[in-house]
Amino acid sequence: MNNLPLEGLVVLEFSQYLSGPSAGLRLADLGARVIKIERPGSGDACRQLAIKNLWAEDGSSLLFHTINRNKESFTANLKDANDLALVKQLIEKADVVTHNFRPGIMEKAGISYADAIAINPRIIYAEISGYGTEGPWKALPGQDLLLQAISGLAYTTGNEDDLPVPFGIAIADIICGAHLVQGVLAALIRRQKKGIGARIEVNLLASLLDFQFELFTTYFASKKLPQRSRSNNGHTLLSAPYGIYETADGYIAIAMVELKQLSEGLACKELLMYAQTEAFSLRNEIKELIALHVKEQSSLYWLELLHSYGIWAMPVMTWKEMKSHPAYQSLLMEQKILSGKNEIITTRCPIRYNHQRLYSGKAAPGLGANTGSILQELKTVKA
Amino acid sequence: MNLLEDILVLDFSQFLSGPSASLRLADMGARVIKIEKPEEGDICRELYVSDVDIEGESTIFHAINRNKESYVADLKVESDLKKIKELIKEADVVMHNFRPGVMERLGLNYEVVRELNPSIVYAEISGYGEDSPWRNLPGQDLLLQAVSGLTWLSNNEGAMPTPMGVAVVDILAGAHTTQGILAALYQRTLKNTSALVQVSMFESILDFQFEVLTCFYNDGEELPRRGHTNNAHAYVSAPYGIYKTSDSCLALAMGDIQQLARLLNCNGLLSFTNKKEWFTKRDEIKSVLAAHLLTNTTEFWLRILQPADIWCAPVYDYEVLRKQEGYKALNMEMEVKTSNGIAITTTRCPIKVDGEYLTSSIGAPFLGEHTAIINSEFSLSKV
Repeated sequence: MNNLPLEGLVVLEFSQYLSGPSAGLRLADLGARVIKIERPGSGDACRQLAIKNLWAEDGSSLLFHTINRNKESFTANLKDANDLALVKQLIEKADVVTHNFRPGIMEKAGISYADAIAINPRIIYAEISGYGTEGPWKALPGQDLLLQAISGLAYTTGNEDDLPVPFGIAIADIICGAHLVQGVLAALIRRQKKGIGARIEVNLLASLLDFQFELFTTYFASKKLPQRSRSNNGHTLLSAPYGIYETADGYIAIAMVELKQLSEGLACKELLMYAQTEAFSLRNEIKELIALHVKEQSSLYWLELLHSYGIWAMPVMTWKEMKSHPAYQSLLMEQKILSGKNEIITTRCPIRYNHQRLYSGKAAPGLGANTGSILQELKTVKA
Repeated sequence: MNLLEDILVLDFSQFLSGPSASLRLADMGARVIKIEKPEEGDICRELYVSDVDIEGESTIFHAINRNKESYVADLKVESDLKKIKELIKEADVVMHNFRPGVMERLGLNYEVVRELNPSIVYAEISGYGEDSPWRNLPGQDLLLQAVSGLTWLSNNEGAMPTPMGVAVVDILAGAHTTQGILAALYQRTLKNTSALVQVSMFESILDFQFEVLTCFYNDGEELPRRGHTNNAHAYVSAPYGIYKTSDSCLALAMGDIQQLARLLNCNGLLSFTNKKEWFTKRDEIKSVLAAHLLTNTTEFWLRILQPADIWCAPVYDYEVLRKQEGYKALNMEMEVKTSNGIAITTTRCPIKVDGEYLTSSIGAPFLGEHTAIINSEFSLSKV
């Protein structure tokens, strides 16, 4: 890739697991040089965290490789004075520091925001915590599922009689990492104009509340808690038919559409019994009526009919079905990474820049893989 | 404190994906002007949700478009188009989320805009990408969840495919667009060139699933299997999930089953000594746990588990959450006011800069509220 927007920037990543490292990955894919600062021996705890027992050749998990490709690794024991001095030298040369330790840890290590800005007044110091740095929850572990539980998110998904249903992806980590990237980049823009560094702070809870901002704003105005529909729930704020329906051979999703148009698109006269003004208040019975009707024919049958009326509907696909579809293939979303002798297939950065898709074949680093060369660089710069 | 001071954004986008991106830019200090069509404007103005509206406009429109200005132009009318082109010469960012081809037909595609303003950052969001056989289909959140395999990750095995109850695709595509725009604006401080940033909702929702998709790509394309009970993540071992208690619910993240057995005094768990079984027998383990946790209150269990550093949390709805000191400590709520005095409570930007929250009391604009002022400020009436 040439001419990437963040070329020349150096990011020191003290973060572990997903929230901070997903931010580091985005910065790396946009052109920054990202150096993970890891403790000797074990490193980022995510190296030992595998899903489906999948491991790469270097002994780190496939999960770690997914999140940490396109980065370097430098090992340092922050409790050792020599190592700490080296890390401080790196901070002097760096543009960005990220960490996701619990509040107080970086202060104890001697590389707090105040320490870093004293070493390098142009540094962008970016921190992720679970619940912010104030209040009774500040010391609690910032874990994705627990944040989903606390933030009300689990009551948005599933049907009325289901238990609260969490999102099956680490939404808090990912959205918070995305916010960190936004703050860091905006601070870099200001630095170019004003010559000053910045402190950027995000936390998982604030990020998840922001994620639900439409729901919260509506709740503040109405004082009515979001109610999942009895069946086929798609979004607590939206009228029937919004949701997923079972057909004779699969499932289809139907988005916003007026009931009159839907009655034509589904050839379902019974829907005309309901006025459009009842589409929210009576959504349970309307959805049940639609569900019974849609079950009678195949997905393809309905989609052709619905699309002929311009109604917003699509098939529900599995990854396998998706992967064999030309619409997925046209994205060229997959990339190959060589880790040792093994090939890993993963996704690329979702942002395209000046008509380029951003690929990087650089595998995640072994623990401390770049310590030697980075030390050499520090010496060269000094001399 | 304003990271994006002096940045002018012309936002042609509607609904949520684009407007959520420009809201973030506005909160970080940019000036955002919505370019809206006469009479109806952003269609989101009319998108009433759950029968809640604020002075005839939807609550979500107010949440998404606070802190922005509104300029009305009919892009199909020559004189209006000329004014917009003059405005583009003064802008730093142009963004839109029309379907592919629309901006070309209007004569406002990247190549044209770059001629007008050689240092413009031009960002576009599509549903499925420009090369897709689906490029002309609507990029709608639920439909993207349906085709991307996402609906097979949440809820229990045996339940219908379950969409996430927040517009996650729109919000992530918006977040990625913000990242791309900011990276381009950073590069412009060094090179003063234009840039094209492209994001599609499809790429964004695949990126969201990058950990589990990478697992799928490299493990013989095995599809995810949700747990039969208390599922929270298809790939994570017991006890990970949300459980019913005698009075509400409890979330349990990763934990040692043996330790849980002792702490909870749950003898049924004692036989699960092999860590591998915590995944392979997660349904059994969760069923035992679920029955046991039903026998007492959430508060009772939390008092045992929290002191032992077990990752657990209560499950709140918005009403209960809002009463918590930990929530109040975040200062997440703020009031905004429209120009004619309508006040609404909404959430602030989740990013904290230099120790301060980014807040703004400016409400959403009325359609065309700033047309005259902007005409006069940029001398557009004479065009």
